[in-house]
Amino acid sequence: MTSLLAVDNLSKRFGGFVALDGVSLAVNAGERVGLIGPNGSGKSTLVNCISGATQNESGTVYFNGRRVDGLKAHQRTRLGLARTFQLPRPFVSVSLAENLKIPLLYAVNARPGQHFKGAALEERCEELLSLVGLADKASRRPSELTQIEMRKLELARAMATEPKLLIADEAMAGLSHSEVAEIVDLLLRLNSEQGITIVMIEHIMSAVMRFSQRLIVFVSGRKIADGMPEEVVRNPEVESAYLGQ
Amino acid sequence: MRLVGFLLIAIVLALAVFAAARGVGNAYVFYAGYVILQYVVIATAWNILGGYTGYVNFGSSAFFAMGAYSTVVMVELELPIPLPIMVVVGGIVSGIVGLGMGYLTLRLRGVFFAIATLALAIVLETIIVNWDFVGGGRGTYIIRPRSVPLFEDYVQYLFAIMLGLAVIALTTARTIERSTLGYGFATIRDDELAAEASGVPTLRLKLIATTLSGAFMGMAGAPFPYYISYMQPASAFALDYGVNAIAMPMIGGTTSWVGPLIGALLLATLQQLATVMMSGVVNLLIVGVLLIVFVIAAPDGIVGLARKIIARWRT
Repeated sequence: MTSLLAVDNLSKRFGGFVALDGVSLAVNAGERVGLIGPNGSGKSTLVNCISGATQNESGTVYFNGRRVDGLKAHQRTRLGLARTFQLPRPFVSVSLAENLKIPLLYAVNARPGQHFKGAALEERCEELLSLVGLADKASRRPSELTQIEMRKLELARAMATEPKLLIADEAMAGLSHSEVAEIVDLLLRLNSEQGITIVMIEHIMSAVMRFSQRLIVFVSGRKIADGMPEEVVRNPEVESAYLGQ
Repeated sequence: MRLVGFLLIAIVLALAVFAAARGVGNAYVFYAGYVILQYVVIATAWNILGGYTGYVNFGSSAFFAMGAYSTVVMVELELPIPLPIMVVVGGIVSGIVGLGMGYLTLRLRGVFFAIATLALAIVLETIIVNWDFVGGGRGTYIIRPRSVPLFEDYVQYLFAIMLGLAVIALTTARTIERSTLGYGFATIRDDELAAEASGVPTLRLKLIATTLSGAFMGMAGAPFPYYISYMQPASAFALDYGVNAIAMPMIGGTTSWVGPLIGALLLATLQQLATVMMSGVVNLLIVGVLLIVFVIAAPDGIVGLARKIIARWRT
């Protein structure tokens, strides 16, 4: 079986700092993968290199059988690769509904097949907003939202691109216990109901353990573990990275 | 068909404006009105890039002057081209300059982009000053045709052309605002990284914006040599254009096509009154004072202020 996402020997440096040092990993279609690691271990850089927000220096990224490194971010989004940002980045000058209309117009309608227009477009925006429980705020501006609502909008906007793979970069940072559970439920639902492959980057271990079928651990730009979550957390190398020796 | 409806209303209004100006029976109305309409076009053009995508262009005079000097070139070559075609040519020339500027500078953001546009204006002015064919630094006379059919005199004809351009520019801006392109522009203004992640090809959209914006400024400049009769670099590359192009949309409001229209009508009329009643030097002073007042008291311009008042009144 070929994997949906295959990263091979990926490297990225910022000046003298090596953010990613020959990282290889694969994600299969339909899988739920957790990606953990201490601050500065290269998780977000990896997301940026996969999604095209920054370009890697060496190595390759294959997505859905196609080489995507070198492509612009919007081209990767159109191929079905969606990501959320660690700090929510909504379009502040337009309404919530319009925040979702933009990926529909620019990502979904750019692909061959179904095109959203007129009433169908509005309906789809509403549908996506109700998916994350924001339907009653469709005409509000993002500045009126709370932290968790902002996170949900961020997820809804990524979902609006109709992705095959969703990379959620710390979608739960700064949320309360019950809010974290709510987001994990949402991600699990997206995976089981819509068959979307999800890579979750997270610091909150309870959420990661509940969500992940497989766990990948990063330490200083290298992958040090990759496997069943229960086994990975017992790995002595992972323990020492997290707890010190 | 809202576009057609809007265009019809705009054309009817434009005809009414022309009839009213004729009704006044004073040639100065056309003379001053031309400048006001010219600023409606320039402000609308600036806003397509500056207001919609958030890229502040300080070099509007460069695009205006490129349009004006493409007309000078056609005149010097003694080509028998009617003015409306010259306007189109001026638009194409400045559109190409806009596209080139986009390619060269759009990796720059914020203040760096603004400085680069200012530098472009200076470079182009230097080239024109040293180009003898178009009169160089001395300037050149542009002889108006003695008469034009349908119009009482040439200034009326120029006024009518600028009125038509204002209708086209405003209709274009309004159409963009309500289109997919308009949403794309808004995402560039808000957050380019998030825009790319939503599938928006930001570079391509920015180039569309610089090209369109430049083209309309060039069109506004193309009839200028005939208006002023004596063309020299200092009058086409004047500071007024760069400053007014920014101040008018800012004072009117940058998020809607109405803003630049209101800002240009208000400021340009004030400037014309000041020129007649006080002196031409007061012009930029008025702009400066109003800009400071608005930046402090109403950062979203007159349109933003009106929206706020309406929202408060409703609740």
